[in-house]
Amino acid sequence: MADKTLICRCEDLTQKEIEQAIDDGYSTLDELKCRLRLGMGPCQGRSCISLARRVLCQKTGKTQDEIILPTSRPPVVPVSLGTLASDKK
Amino acid sequence: MNKIEKKADVVIIGGGVNGCSLAYQLAKKNKKVVLLEKSYLCSGATGRCGAGIRQQWSTKENAELAINSVKIFERLEKELGAEIGLRQGGYLIAVHDQKDMRQAEKNVLMQKNLGLDVSILSPEEILNIVPILDVKGMKAIGATFCPTDGHVDPFKTTHAYAKAAEKNGAKLYNFTTVTDIKTKNKRVESVITSKGTIKTNTVVNAAGAWSKKISDIVGIKLPNKPFRKEILVTERVKPMFKTMVISFKDGIYFSQQDEGQILGGIPIPNEQSGYLTNPTFDFIHHMSKTLTRYAPILKHVNVIRQWTGYYDVTLDARPILGETDKLKGFIQCNGFSGHGFMLSPMVTKLLTEYIVDGKYPEILESLNLDRFKDKTTVKEVSVVG
Repeated sequence: MADKTLICRCEDLTQKEIEQAIDDGYSTLDELKCRLRLGMGPCQGRSCISLARRVLCQKTGKTQDEIILPTSRPPVVPVSLGTLASDKK
Repeated sequence: MNKIEKKADVVIIGGGVNGCSLAYQLAKKNKKVVLLEKSYLCSGATGRCGAGIRQQWSTKENAELAINSVKIFERLEKELGAEIGLRQGGYLIAVHDQKDMRQAEKNVLMQKNLGLDVSILSPEEILNIVPILDVKGMKAIGATFCPTDGHVDPFKTTHAYAKAAEKNGAKLYNFTTVTDIKTKNKRVESVITSKGTIKTNTVVNAAGAWSKKISDIVGIKLPNKPFRKEILVTERVKPMFKTMVISFKDGIYFSQQDEGQILGGIPIPNEQSGYLTNPTFDFIHHMSKTLTRYAPILKHVNVIRQWTGYYDVTLDARPILGETDKLKGFIQCNGFSGHGFMLSPMVTKLLTEYIVDGKYPEILESLNLDRFKDKTTVKEVSVVG
């Protein structure tokens, strides 16, 4: 099952790929992000980060509270360059 | 918790691209290497940078370092046996007025003498290279272009160096902080960390924006200042251009990544130094405004993320490398002023040869900390971001 279970839909990452990276020594969500682009697509980790955290808990024996979440980056939702460039208040 | 090594030939502080590349090269030359990283590899400037590689510089030293660095990047995948994501789509540098043009001509002449393939483009030729640009909107009268400039993936590269270093016997410790450095008779004796003490006579300070703090421990004042720099990235769109577009006047740089995102940065007005990490609206507004002036077609593309990282900036925008008589065995590898990634292959090669064989070429002397005692240092003017 796990090899076909998608965790990060934007970047097309499976549970198996995430488990493999954890086995390779990447032990935090930030490192998984750097390694695999986890949570770096248009949804900005909304659907995948909590799932990846669960995988990390299962693999490392840590509790969810012990896992530090990646920094949330603005904008909260995708905004066009044209809108952001506007001087209209 | 993994126990730390008790002894090492060289202790490297900082797990960015420079620290990891040094660890690899020193280990390959049979040095016992320990690398200490206070967070995880690439957590500082390396993992936050634009990762462009540019050979078009105004000072001969930087141009030479960059040209030789690109040659190393070109064969690095083969050497490390891992992907580094090299893309050579060129750098196009906008020229805005006659004064710019005179500097560009001077730079191109110097760069050509070093054997670089670089040329001056007319406005029409700019569009042949990057069709989405609006030359009028950019206010460009021309550009310089070097086709072998480009981009390398900073994560893949650093991880490839780290893996190769470990394979050659280097020990890398993440989440390990340096609390003290002991010295005796102007020599380094040991490094004290959160995981124990390591006896060593050689320490490399490759701590990026935190290098100043590391150097403070041994009482050597660095003139470096940390500056927060910001980048934004858009959603993925179809491939439109492979070139990095930059302007020294506007400070902007942007390119399209292999996966399709447009990624770029620009300095915000009235930038101040300090350890600031919050992203600003000033940046995202100013960047969007300038980017859509350069390439109006992008106005419908969505921005999905902005983030910050530090430039470790020196007085002349050039790195600080090597040791001084004040403390032997304390080797600086910092002050890259926003160009640490692209210069890393050559810088770490020079430092490795210095540490292992005692080679001290002119370029290392010209980038020594002691140059600031002399008031006639030549400032690098070709800086963006």
